[in-house]
Amino acid sequence: MLNRGRNIEKGRVITRRMFILAAAKVLLFAGISSRLYNLQISDREKYEILSDKNRIREWKTPPQRGIIVDNFNKVLASNDRVFQLHLILDEIKDFDVTVFKIKNIIGLDKFEVNKLYKKKERLKPWDTLVVSDNLTWEQFSKINLYLHELEGAKPVLSTSRFYPYSNDLVHVVGYVGDASPRDIEKPEIKENFVPGLKVGKYGIEKSQEKSLIGNYGIKRYEVNASGKRISQIDYIKEKQGNQVNLTIDIEIQKYAQELLKGTAGSISAMDIYTGEIVAMASSPTYDPNKFTHGINQKDWQEIRDNPLKPLINKSIAGLYSPGSTFKPIVALAALEYGTIDPNKTIRCKGHKHPYELYGIKYHCWKKEGHGYMKLRNAIKQSCDIYFYEMARLLGVDKLSIIAKRYGLGTNVLGEIYNDEKNGLVPNTKWKRNALEQSWYLGETVINGIGQGYIQTTPLQLCLMTAQIANGGYKIKPHIIKDNSISYKDVINKIKLDQSNFPLHERNYLDDINVEYYQRMYHKKSNINFVLDAMYGSTNEQYGTSFKSRYDDPKYQFAGKTGTSQVRRITDLDRELDLDTEQIEYKKRDHALYVAFAPYKDPRYAISVIIEHGGSGSKAAAPLASKLIKRIIDRHKLREQINNGNTSLA
Amino acid sequence: MLRERIQASNYSFLDKLKSVDYLLILLIIAIGSISVFAIYSTEGGKFSFYTKNHIIRLSVFFSLFLVLSFVRVSTWYKNAYLFYIVGLILLITVLIFGISASGATRWINLYFLNLQPSELMKIAVIICFARYYHRIQSSDIQSYKFLIQPIILLIIPCYLVIQQPDLGTSILIAGSGIAIIWLAGLNIKYFVYSGLLILVSLPFAISILKPYQKSRILTFFNPDRDPLGAGYQIIQSKIAIGSGGFFGKGYLKGTQSYLEFLPEKHTDFIFTLFSEEFGFLGSIILLFLYILLIYRIINVGLVSRSFFAKLYCFGFATAIFLYVFVNIAMVLGMLPIVGAPLPIMSYGGSSLLSIMLGLSIVMSCKIYNQEQISVY
Repeated sequence: MLNRGRNIEKGRVITRRMFILAAAKVLLFAGISSRLYNLQISDREKYEILSDKNRIREWKTPPQRGIIVDNFNKVLASNDRVFQLHLILDEIKDFDVTVFKIKNIIGLDKFEVNKLYKKKERLKPWDTLVVSDNLTWEQFSKINLYLHELEGAKPVLSTSRFYPYSNDLVHVVGYVGDASPRDIEKPEIKENFVPGLKVGKYGIEKSQEKSLIGNYGIKRYEVNASGKRISQIDYIKEKQGNQVNLTIDIEIQKYAQELLKGTAGSISAMDIYTGEIVAMASSPTYDPNKFTHGINQKDWQEIRDNPLKPLINKSIAGLYSPGSTFKPIVALAALEYGTIDPNKTIRCKGHKHPYELYGIKYHCWKKEGHGYMKLRNAIKQSCDIYFYEMARLLGVDKLSIIAKRYGLGTNVLGEIYNDEKNGLVPNTKWKRNALEQSWYLGETVINGIGQGYIQTTPLQLCLMTAQIANGGYKIKPHIIKDNSISYKDVINKIKLDQSNFPLHERNYLDDINVEYYQRMYHKKSNINFVLDAMYGSTNEQYGTSFKSRYDDPKYQFAGKTGTSQVRRITDLDRELDLDTEQIEYKKRDHALYVAFAPYKDPRYAISVIIEHGGSGSKAAAPLASKLIKRIIDRHKLREQINNGNTSLA
Repeated sequence: MLRERIQASNYSFLDKLKSVDYLLILLIIAIGSISVFAIYSTEGGKFSFYTKNHIIRLSVFFSLFLVLSFVRVSTWYKNAYLFYIVGLILLITVLIFGISASGATRWINLYFLNLQPSELMKIAVIICFARYYHRIQSSDIQSYKFLIQPIILLIIPCYLVIQQPDLGTSILIAGSGIAIIWLAGLNIKYFVYSGLLILVSLPFAISILKPYQKSRILTFFNPDRDPLGAGYQIIQSKIAIGSGGFFGKGYLKGTQSYLEFLPEKHTDFIFTLFSEEFGFLGSIILLFLYILLIYRIINVGLVSRSFFAKLYCFGFATAIFLYVFVNIAMVLGMLPIVGAPLPIMSYGGSSLLSIMLGLSIVMSCKIYNQEQISVY
């Protein structure tokens, strides 16, 4: 009985203890349930995002770059089909073996193989390594033949930048290349960048990056834990960059480049009303296509070491003393300020009796002298003595006001070319500030013939000529097509400005700011006087560019030659009086020419510079003459296009 | 001396069939079926190796369960110590002839099955202890003489299993043993004292752990310490479960497991996969099935007359609870990652075998619940 009682007690203990345990179990299960609730209901979103991050990986696909076309919609920069070889890194078992095979198939040298290894180090294990972005057809077909042996290798048909007019446009359009770390920092590139994407390195390609670059596409893949793609979930198609229209006429541009062949120099041509740049040639030039896939050392050295400096865009980054092409502005300034009566006669007595100021002698370019000169004749025959005296009377500060107003000494195209130079139109204030010296009258004298401190770019000279030729109105030069600026509108605006004439209370002799399509002159007759003198310079006997003239009024143009010294002319030089060919290249004068055409009802202005070309009348004016004919021949076509009749393209 | 004789009353077969706990069988079938679907999903919805094997094992062991259910509970009682000794011998065999996988030596190659004796030991300890405490008078339970024996019986297999090394199973074996000592009625003060002792000695215990075990414990407290290494499993498991939401991602649509972010998804992390695909709802239902299973086992203990059966059923119920709790808490990031399979659900022959074996003893307790077992 005792045992039995004990046994009952034992049974009770066991059952009691079991219930205590059971209570603990219930508590712990409740803990698990609340944890499940937390994870799956409260924090669900957080874990869903994490899960998607796990399983979805994005690959960006590069966009096609926007194309660049000329005024006639001719493609200047396109996207060409190229053959590429990619390696999908996560599909490769043994990178060394694969590279060795590829090396043998497409013939890579040691240097290129090392480059591949370096590239690979920078990539993530699921990235794509671009082995070559420009295979030849032969290499490409060989790769395809051996493809079964090359795991992870992917022959790809892709596009890359192609410049059909290779050498003719590099200074205008620029070129593309691999993005540097600094490029990638720029917001417009950062937003749209995909590894391997080529970006603009110069010119339009660089400054219009925002339009041209386009938007990358996104391919979303589901991947497994080791990063292998399982399936494509989503594909947002890439968007090609926008087209950029230029005002350039590729035919004129090509011809200009052809005219410059073999020289260092520049030709710029501009519509004198709309400000559209028709051509902007710089010589020598180079092939932008070479840069697309990375230029090789030899080609690069050749370009870099060329003494004629092809890398300098001479139209906007070349600085030259304008020489006698500056004379129209000097004459205009003197007339505007009433410094000189155009009928005033000055005698040019040749080298034996030069102009003298404070004991320093200033010579005319013409050894024998021009004799008695009035202003018109002085411009026409480019008599230096007349301009020495006129400049002396005018003073450099007044001259600089007019020179700046007509476009000299400031950047023409703004932000489009990062290497465009401002040039320099000196005055007394500038010299005090910059050089901390006072101005000497002798400097004014040589400034009167466009020598001394003054420095201009060829495009500035072209703009200056255009703004005189259009009757003294300020225009907006541009190289990217702006449909809001048409010839008709500009003419209307100019007419409006003329009709508002009495309303102009401003003193045009002060250093004032002039708005676009408003007049810049004080007296219209002064502009006309200068234009007439330039006509004489080209179309009358003894004019400096008389030999380059056209008698046909359709092509008849007016211009001004210039010969800019690159060094001081010594007495010995004057005695020797060598021909251009006899002088060392580097010491030869620069030949310049500015012109506008047709003389009656002008539409185009042009500037030509041949570095170390000798005299403007011999080296520069004939080129301008040829190009003017071509420009005028194409004028009708251009007008049709610009009036919206694009069917001709 | 009053001896209670075994009432070798002859149950008719019909009586036996009547007293079978059909709900328990149903629960086993239900969890078993769920496990087949879950394992099928771990293979990405392909009927291949793991699924096939799991189905074969489930059917073989389930049949074994049915057959062994009709073994008299007294037979289990008689052979309890033998069971324990065989388990111990197998554990020693593992130490000598065991086959290794991923740095652990846990298995014996039996050709048709790689047997993991530590899994069998989980059951052996429970039977052994149930028998031990069955015969001890309640007055003797508190004495040191009778306390020291089960402690030694527990320490030996735990030590052997830790040597494999397999901390998880060792803890589960210890847990089951301690549960029975508790059920037998050992004074609470012993549990409190030893609990304090463990707390105090914890720093020393940690210092003798293997580096990977240490890192698992450190990782448990801060999974982001090493998200691609030791913390990877916990992080990925939590992501999978959390992203399942209320209804889950749908069967065969669990991206975490399908895309192989989940480690050991068909063994220890099977709950993660299930929870990702069936969400909170599915998880709670599965949890409920386990609670029912535990309840049914406890119920068998309650209706049994012998202490052996009571102790065994309550002990086994607690063991099942421990397996389920440790596994789920582990995949939920509430406990460090220690190797602990989810009963029936996880792929693994030995674990399934020991669970089925344990359940068959429960069933035999049920069938022969009126049987008195004499002490001798």
